[in-house]
Amino acid sequence: MKRIYADLHLCPNLNDSKHVSQIISKASKLGYRLIAITFPSNLIEEEIWRLRNISKEAKIDLASRVDLKPKTPEELIYDLRKLRRRFEIIAVVCESKNVARQAAKDRRVDLLNFPSLDFRRRFFDRAEAELASNGLASFEIDMKPLLTLEGPARVRLLSNLRRETAIAKEFHVPIVISSGVSDEMLLRKPKELTALASLFDLDETSAIEAVSKNPLAIVKRNREKLSSRFVAPGIRIIRRGKDC
Amino acid sequence: MRTVRRRYLALEIDSDEMVDSREFMDAVWSAVSKLYGEYGASEAGLTLIDYDMEKRFAVIRTAHTAVEIVRTALASITKIENMPVAIHILTVSGTIRSLYKKMAK
Repeated sequence: MKRIYADLHLCPNLNDSKHVSQIISKASKLGYRLIAITFPSNLIEEEIWRLRNISKEAKIDLASRVDLKPKTPEELIYDLRKLRRRFEIIAVVCESKNVARQAAKDRRVDLLNFPSLDFRRRFFDRAEAELASNGLASFEIDMKPLLTLEGPARVRLLSNLRRETAIAKEFHVPIVISSGVSDEMLLRKPKELTALASLFDLDETSAIEAVSKNPLAIVKRNREKLSSRFVAPGIRIIRRGKDC
Repeated sequence: MRTVRRRYLALEIDSDEMVDSREFMDAVWSAVSKLYGEYGASEAGLTLIDYDMEKRFAVIRTAHTAVEIVRTALASITKIENMPVAIHILTVSGTIRSLYKKMAK
């Protein structure tokens, strides 16, 4: 069976519809069958449907994603309560340790993202991984900084990623590799992303899972939960009516 | 003496501007050296086999043990002479003939 590849982090300029179409068709051309675009939290539903239609034409599935950047755990909980049922993917950019810990243990969070450029604020340590392993959150790695950084900054990023992926593997936290790009020239084929993952010692099997199985599992799980037929994990409405 | 096994890589150069073959190979060598050092670059044994500037197509040869190194280095190239560029591998093959056969399919 042919493997399906996904990129859960595309950030096109949503005000420029031509740019959005270009990035969607480019992703399709590079071999992705599922992408997620980051939307602002106040976006109207029609805009998502409009982009879904564009994606359909490009033969690619589109998932809606929101990136939360809360300053406190309370703010995170508030945002999750407000937005969980509106978006298929919720990523939390962890800018403080308290937020990172809350995000890791909250089962409504799908992706844990850490600022790439500020190395003191990468809080994915063993405690964080242990919390995430009991929850549903995956550890997201954006490849954009690996492509754009140079010299000592890239060396330090690789060193951090090597340590963090080793911790994620030890605690069985799923890893998701995304591009995180807003420019289509920085998009790479799934196989190229897995090759880049070898720079931080992620083995080939795990890297392939990080661009296919793991992101697909997140979208499948959330679509099931957001469906009107969903009752509880493993329980869904098959038929409604008087004869049931 | 054992012969060195080689791999041929067909590449697509995704850029709005024209890139000449020398600039292209300089960028590939530079990317391999940056990521794997001079020792890694020497093991890759990179050679340009075919280059079509108009079609933005290239074929390079490398040692079969260095395919992953080259794949990673090619993926890391974002600019050639300050022009935004992406290099994508179209196919990999053991002989030039089978490479072009695969490309024709």
